[in-house]
Amino acid sequence: MSAIDPHAHGHAHMPDHAHLPDDVEPGDGVRPGHPVQVSRYTLAARINHWITAISLVLLALSGMALFTPKLFFLTGLFGGGQWTRAIHPWIGVVLFFSFFILFVRFWRANLPAREDGTWLARISDVLGGHEERLPEIGKYNAGQKFVFWSMSGLIIVLIGSGIVMWDQYFYPFTTIEQKRIAILVHAVAAVCIICVWIIHVYAAIWVKGTFSAMTRGEVTGGWAWRHHRKWLRELVGKPKEPRAPAE
Amino acid sequence: MFPAIANPSVSPDADKPRFGEKDIMRRSASEVTPPATRLTEVAKLIDVTKCIGCKACQAACLEWNNLTEEIGFNHGVYTNPMDLTPDTFTLMRFTEWVNPETENLEWLIRKDGCMHCEDPGCLKACPSPGAIVQYSNGIVDFQHENCIGCGYCIKGCPFNIPRISKVDHTAYKCTLCSDRVAVGQGPACQKACPTQAIVFGTKQEMKDWAEFRITDLKSRGFDKAGLYDPQGVGGTHVMYVLHHADTPSIYAGLPDNPRISPIVETWKGVTKYVGLAVMGFAAAAGFLHYVVAGPNKVGEEDEENAEKLVEGKAPPPPADPTQPEGRV
Repeated sequence: MSAIDPHAHGHAHMPDHAHLPDDVEPGDGVRPGHPVQVSRYTLAARINHWITAISLVLLALSGMALFTPKLFFLTGLFGGGQWTRAIHPWIGVVLFFSFFILFVRFWRANLPAREDGTWLARISDVLGGHEERLPEIGKYNAGQKFVFWSMSGLIIVLIGSGIVMWDQYFYPFTTIEQKRIAILVHAVAAVCIICVWIIHVYAAIWVKGTFSAMTRGEVTGGWAWRHHRKWLRELVGKPKEPRAPAE
Repeated sequence: MFPAIANPSVSPDADKPRFGEKDIMRRSASEVTPPATRLTEVAKLIDVTKCIGCKACQAACLEWNNLTEEIGFNHGVYTNPMDLTPDTFTLMRFTEWVNPETENLEWLIRKDGCMHCEDPGCLKACPSPGAIVQYSNGIVDFQHENCIGCGYCIKGCPFNIPRISKVDHTAYKCTLCSDRVAVGQGPACQKACPTQAIVFGTKQEMKDWAEFRITDLKSRGFDKAGLYDPQGVGGTHVMYVLHHADTPSIYAGLPDNPRISPIVETWKGVTKYVGLAVMGFAAAAGFLHYVVAGPNKVGEEDEENAEKLVEGKAPPPPADPTQPEGRV
């Protein structure tokens, strides 16, 4: 299997064993103790995440202000209508590049795995919190992968349609009819991404112990055992990597 | 000869505006109670068949509105500038058209500018409260202090009229000289027109005058002559008399059947309500789920299991066919 696995060759410290954990990302690690602490996100990944998150929230607020008159008052947060109109696309540019770096970090661990199908088939157990009835999961479950790929796709749609309607710099390049389509697509994609964002934030609130992954970068061993046992086993089973001199 | 509009009265009452805030019938991104009584609708009638292309109207518009157009380039046609700009609210568009029936070259000269639609697409698309208003006499006006420069009016407009200024980032278009009309004057373009190709009055007067002109044109062999007052936008307060009213598009792309784009209607209509409902539903579903299912907590035994695993004492993964060793 590993011989034809295209991901295998990217790993610097390839164990002899054919089973190569793609889910384990650089910086992931286990620290024994009471409780066991598991490193899930590096400092760089967390900063990257929060720049993306803040951009997304600011975009949602400024975008909804222009989406419906009922929420136009939100332009006050950005210094008025003119500022909102001017700044929204630039925040979009920040989000695009910030998310692009996140994508490079996370895409491999978000590739589909065989247990995702089982996880999805038992979605009622997921929602019921019956982890014992679910298969062992890698670094991300199918829900997290859905959020990741939805965000990736929707951000492409949003930046693409956003550029078409960014009249200040791109007005001459498209027809008015194309701009009309772009606005409609942008609005629909924005509604979708806000819904995905609600799922993402709600999951972090509902599943206790998750938030520290994106603040201190660590989760407890119990959290990893309960929700991402396959990933935890891989981490525990991982041969000790010799530390690179630069570190 | 249509009776000319008298010069302004010098009596002290004459400079009191005859319409204003209280006559606002529609206001962008706002709900207003329309005034109980509607003012008499006004209209400007542009008789394309009488136009000699002198551009006096274009010059008068710049002058009255205190605008200066950039010195441009000659593109080999009379149209100058080549398109409406934030400073050029009205533009003579020249078309050389060969009539297929007579094989005659006809020089079609259309004064382009805001049509002051009864159902204004710009106003419907505008997200900023009060940036676009429609007075009950039919004039659609931009209020620059409320404009945010988003350009949604451009997408809403079926006639491609508004332009965003690169200087103050607000949208500009013909005001129908609302400031002049308010004190009983006709628009500056109308005042300047030497051939009465532009006349101004109540909408009914203009329709009647157009009827007279069309009868005259038909008697001269223009059997397709007619009035352009497109009903797709509820009629307009700037109308054209065309010699070939069956094909408006030969006049430099005047839309044959203008209407607010269905894409814009969808965006400002169903998308807005469904979108807000879906987002609200997602948030409510999360809240309900939390109430019903309760938080998903990590238990003591989870922590113990993790510790055992680190110490190498944990049970091995189940031999479940859904979880093979390798990945897909």
